[in-house]
Amino acid sequence: MNGRLVRLAETARAPVAFTFDGEALTGLEGDTVLTAILLSRRGLRQAEFGPEPRAGFCLMGACQDCWIWQEDGPRLRACSTSLEAGMRLLSQAPQGWPESAA
Amino acid sequence: MTRVLIVGAGPAGIRAAEWLVAAGLHPVVVDEGARAGGQIYRRPPMGFTRPPEKLYGSEAGKAVALHQTFDRMVAERRVDHHPRSSVVALAQGEAHVLGPERVTRIGYDRLILATGAADRVAPVPGWQGAGVYSLGAAQIALKSQGVALGRRIVLAGSGPLLTLLASQLIAAGAEVGAVLDTAPMRRQVRGGLTMALARPGVTLRGLAMRARLGRLYHAGVGLDRIEAGADGPVALHWRDAQGRGQVTPCDMVGLGWHLRAETHLADLAGVPLAWDDTFHQWLPQADAMGRAGGGVYLAGDGLRILGADGAELAGQLAASACLEDLGLPIPPSGPELRRLRRMQRFAAAMQSAFPWPAKMVQDLPDHTVLCRCEGVTAGALRTTLDLSGPDANRAKSLGRVGMGRCQGRYCQLAGAEVMAAAVGSPPQAMGRLRGQPPVRPVPVSAYLDG
Repeated sequence: MNGRLVRLAETARAPVAFTFDGEALTGLEGDTVLTAILLSRRGLRQAEFGPEPRAGFCLMGACQDCWIWQEDGPRLRACSTSLEAGMRLLSQAPQGWPESAA
Repeated sequence: MTRVLIVGAGPAGIRAAEWLVAAGLHPVVVDEGARAGGQIYRRPPMGFTRPPEKLYGSEAGKAVALHQTFDRMVAERRVDHHPRSSVVALAQGEAHVLGPERVTRIGYDRLILATGAADRVAPVPGWQGAGVYSLGAAQIALKSQGVALGRRIVLAGSGPLLTLLASQLIAAGAEVGAVLDTAPMRRQVRGGLTMALARPGVTLRGLAMRARLGRLYHAGVGLDRIEAGADGPVALHWRDAQGRGQVTPCDMVGLGWHLRAETHLADLAGVPLAWDDTFHQWLPQADAMGRAGGGVYLAGDGLRILGADGAELAGQLAASACLEDLGLPIPPSGPELRRLRRMQRFAAAMQSAFPWPAKMVQDLPDHTVLCRCEGVTAGALRTTLDLSGPDANRAKSLGRVGMGRCQGRYCQLAGAEVMAAAVGSPPQAMGRLRGQPPVRPVPVSAYLDG
């Protein structure tokens, strides 16, 4: 596993399956979307104005760095959204966006 | 009945609600958290098992008391609690409240803003990449998710959270490579004496925590750059107090210099803001009770950055001011006001002991990203200055520093510092970025009916 985050506590929770960029990943009940993705991945998305990947910054809903996409259109702020089973998350806009979001 | 809206359910908002409820009012509390508590007493999701002593250390008793006070009021239906909700605009006596689904409007007669604060961050070259976080972020991750934000962590900045967070991470089993304080030791000693006189217990606890960090802690450092690989930091380059270059390998860097008051809603509510030299930022203006006029009251770190204890007191005082203005009886506020003044002395001394790194920001190399939202560099801002003149709002319009999704929360102070240095003025002479609704990004769909 090549994740950025390390679990230090609270590991006895039920697993929750989701996908990120089409790959099946597993988080735990009570994880935020940000936590769940970054336990397996190094970043959440690519910066729009630079070459670097982004992985959130403030984790309290103030910096707006961690907005990512869902396959069915709506975006979400990963630090303040709870992981739910079956979420299909994307690091970038879905194919054909914005047409497919209509 | 008078409709009182409280924004924020941290220590200030909870105590304000408690005092209003005790007087027979039924306040509405809008809060961004899933569970009330605020950031410092943030609660993990349901089902997490670490006890409060583990989460909040010496402050566990205070945290639990606040949580229980609020939960009891909700259970007894004495407050309307809107969790996971942001007030994004204030207009014509209505708050626009963005909930998980849509925007609803909540009318109010009186408004108590207990919006708290976030990290005050100074840019360091390379800080825009994945794996660089605010100190507050690292604390939230540990407290509310039980995770460390990296495998080898370096913390840099200044202020009480730097030492506290390092201790908490180490106690939880994270690997901390260095704790780098930009405050020179001689300033710490001078400010520390005044801190100890005002609040000896708190000061001693901080010193003991610092001592336990041992050789990890360095005072008076300069931060040169965050060296990054393809997917995040690999090292922090810094200079020690003697000016010698140092390199500490890491995969996560935490940055923070005290706190920056969250003032956007105060601005929208028409509360005047003024530059505060002690806290080195723009702060809302209110009387000692938190009364700002026009039926608006402020409490907690969004008004004066005194920390959680001060916020509890300020919440009580703001509620008292509100009740007094409604012609309701209130208990005498003298003892609380005296305690608050003592905390202000402590906080001011702490600001002086652990100052904002003005010189470091003024000297940022041109290639440094200032605005994380849109990747605008210090050099681009210096160039914009020729067109905009030394004016933060004009520089925002022309150069986009402050125009991005965070609405200037993480670039305004550094941007003003860079501009001010270029023209030889103090940062406050650049003016203050005007608050603009919505104060959080809102999906268009949230404003559409059905």
